[in-house]
Amino acid sequence: MSAVDDGIKPLGKPVRILTPEVSVISRLQRMWAERELLVFMVSRDLSVKYKGSALGFAWSFLNPALTLAIYDFVFSVALHNPVPDFAIYLMCGLVIWNFFFNSVLTACASVVNNSGLIKKVSFSREILVLSSMGTAAVFFFFQAIILTVVLALFHLVPQTPYVYLVPLALVVLIIFTSTLSIFFSAVNVYFRDTYHILEVLLMAWFWATPTVYTWQVASSGLTHHHLTWIYLADPIAPIILLMQRAFYGNPLAGVARTAGMKVPPPAPHTHYLANFDLSWYLKDFGIVILVSSILFVLSLKLFGKLEGNFAEEL
Amino acid sequence: MTSYSLEVVDLSKHFKLYKEKHTSIKEKLIRGMRSSYEEFWALRDVNIQVEPGETVGLLGHNGSGKSTLLKCMAGILQPTTGKVCLRGSVAALLELGAGFHPDLSGRDNIYLNASLLGLSKRQIDSKFEEIVEFSELSQFIDNQVKFYSSGMQARLGFAVAVNVDPDILLIDEVLAVGDENFQRKCIDRINQFQKAGKTIVFVTHAADSVRQICDKAFVLDHGKVVAFGAPGEAIRVFREYMMASSGINSPQLGEVLENNLVDQGKETLGTGDISIEEVVIESNGSGHILSGDPMRVRLHYNANRAINDAQFGVSIYSGNELFFSATSQGHGVDVGILDGAGEIVFDFATVPLLDGVYKMTFEVRGVESGSVYAWREQVDHFEVVNPGRDVGVVAFPVAMKVVSVAK
Repeated sequence: MSAVDDGIKPLGKPVRILTPEVSVISRLQRMWAERELLVFMVSRDLSVKYKGSALGFAWSFLNPALTLAIYDFVFSVALHNPVPDFAIYLMCGLVIWNFFFNSVLTACASVVNNSGLIKKVSFSREILVLSSMGTAAVFFFFQAIILTVVLALFHLVPQTPYVYLVPLALVVLIIFTSTLSIFFSAVNVYFRDTYHILEVLLMAWFWATPTVYTWQVASSGLTHHHLTWIYLADPIAPIILLMQRAFYGNPLAGVARTAGMKVPPPAPHTHYLANFDLSWYLKDFGIVILVSSILFVLSLKLFGKLEGNFAEEL
Repeated sequence: MTSYSLEVVDLSKHFKLYKEKHTSIKEKLIRGMRSSYEEFWALRDVNIQVEPGETVGLLGHNGSGKSTLLKCMAGILQPTTGKVCLRGSVAALLELGAGFHPDLSGRDNIYLNASLLGLSKRQIDSKFEEIVEFSELSQFIDNQVKFYSSGMQARLGFAVAVNVDPDILLIDEVLAVGDENFQRKCIDRINQFQKAGKTIVFVTHAADSVRQICDKAFVLDHGKVVAFGAPGEAIRVFREYMMASSGINSPQLGEVLENNLVDQGKETLGTGDISIEEVVIESNGSGHILSGDPMRVRLHYNANRAINDAQFGVSIYSGNELFFSATSQGHGVDVGILDGAGEIVFDFATVPLLDGVYKMTFEVRGVESGSVYAWREQVDHFEVVNPGRDVGVVAFPVAMKVVSVAK
């Protein structure tokens, strides 16, 4: 959309010029103009997902709740995990991971799965990627509600000042996730193996984050092999660490957890958590935002380059 | 490009035709970068200008690039080089019901489809009733689309697209769907669009619909615009290309008509007492006859002996169907005694036919003996081109006027 001739304007209709190359700026502009379509696509995905099931939308609550119950049973009861309130610990990491995992994996397949649309209708193809993320964001929201409810049930309060960093952590998460989502969705059109490789890769990645085990468990081995920096170079791990720091193991002062008994509040279980201070998180998030933003623009460029042949390749 | 509603500038589109699609990494690695494909230019330096309010047809046989061109206009395919400029909103009807989700209700699909075409929720709300009414599906609107017949899906798709009210409507051979009633409704709607000054680009290989709807037409062949102009003229060129590529009538029509001028004479059958040397078809047009124009046919014969009971016959066919046949005796023409070379002239005051290629058969027959002296079956052709908008076979001269009844 480079040159708009002066002679066009008097007629008052917006002029669109289709050229072989489309700049990143105009791609972003068009995405913004089509934001309402994004809402429709997300609501389409959601309503299709539970079409015909008796419980319908309730599954979006039930599924994470039941998953949590299973994990809690396996780790706390069967495997005698020493971490107290393990369900909450797990949930803090899992909401982040689930968003990341669902976004990247569904986005990766989104272009290929919507070939019918790509071949017949003109719209920003990135919307497909964003709608995968949007759907994952809706489930993130439900899980966050469950987390809040569970926190309230266990009389736990968020820990200041770490909780104030959570919004920033979510921004980091969104930028990083959209970068990978856009990249993989475009590449998958040309190499259909991408999806399968990604599936395995993400599973390995999951175990490289302190979601199920604690930082305390991981760090001794990591330090021994001088791998701590690699572990923390993963943008997801610090986000999960922060979530745990912010929401896990801080009992509400003065509330006895055993009904009817006057006992002092239990000490916070913070010794299971990573002991990084605020500035460490700020620095880490700052670097990730910077690097991800650059990669985001690059992946948009790549997407734009590959997009031209989507309709032919599908 | 100052005032055009739609302009295509030096547009080329390049495809790689893979022999077999290798989309897994393993295959790519094995084949290396040399995976076997053919370079293929689907469009080559196409230039098209469409004025606001014009209805333009893109005519071409299968594989001529017309649908690729439409997809480039719609922004679905990216041009390899060149550009497309569009003024105002665009709705493309490439396949009706594109973007319908089978598991969603008709209602949800209207919202989804309309928003894919660029409408906001509020706009869709205000047009929803109109869309449902147009589609005639109000009683099924909350059923899942997978239970719709293909005709119903097509109706819903068209209903959404036309009610989106775009400035430019791109249509790809979709009018063939639906029952006759719905088709008429579509054409009515397109006429309304035209009256409202909207621009329409219409891809088809049905020449009749181009004639009915379009102001002008572009003919594509092998990715290039080979002709453009008034529908009648464009259709004629399109037919030539169709015939040239079909192989059944291998010579192009222009050549056929030329061949008629100089006859080889070997197609003449019969007893051999008379030979038809040459048939010349004359008209105002060059190479073709316009509907309603006069036509003159000169038949040169050579009688090898004196014959006193000859009558001439002329017949006009379209395919195997006889359209017209007449004899000199029937017209009360006294042929007299034929001896040596001569000529008979058939003067048709008017050719009351619409588009088509018509073949002629001539015969010279003995009135009493019944023996066929000479017979030339469907060697000579003439082509009629209809410059007007009427469709069918016979060019009835008709005048229309509206008489309002005073109350």
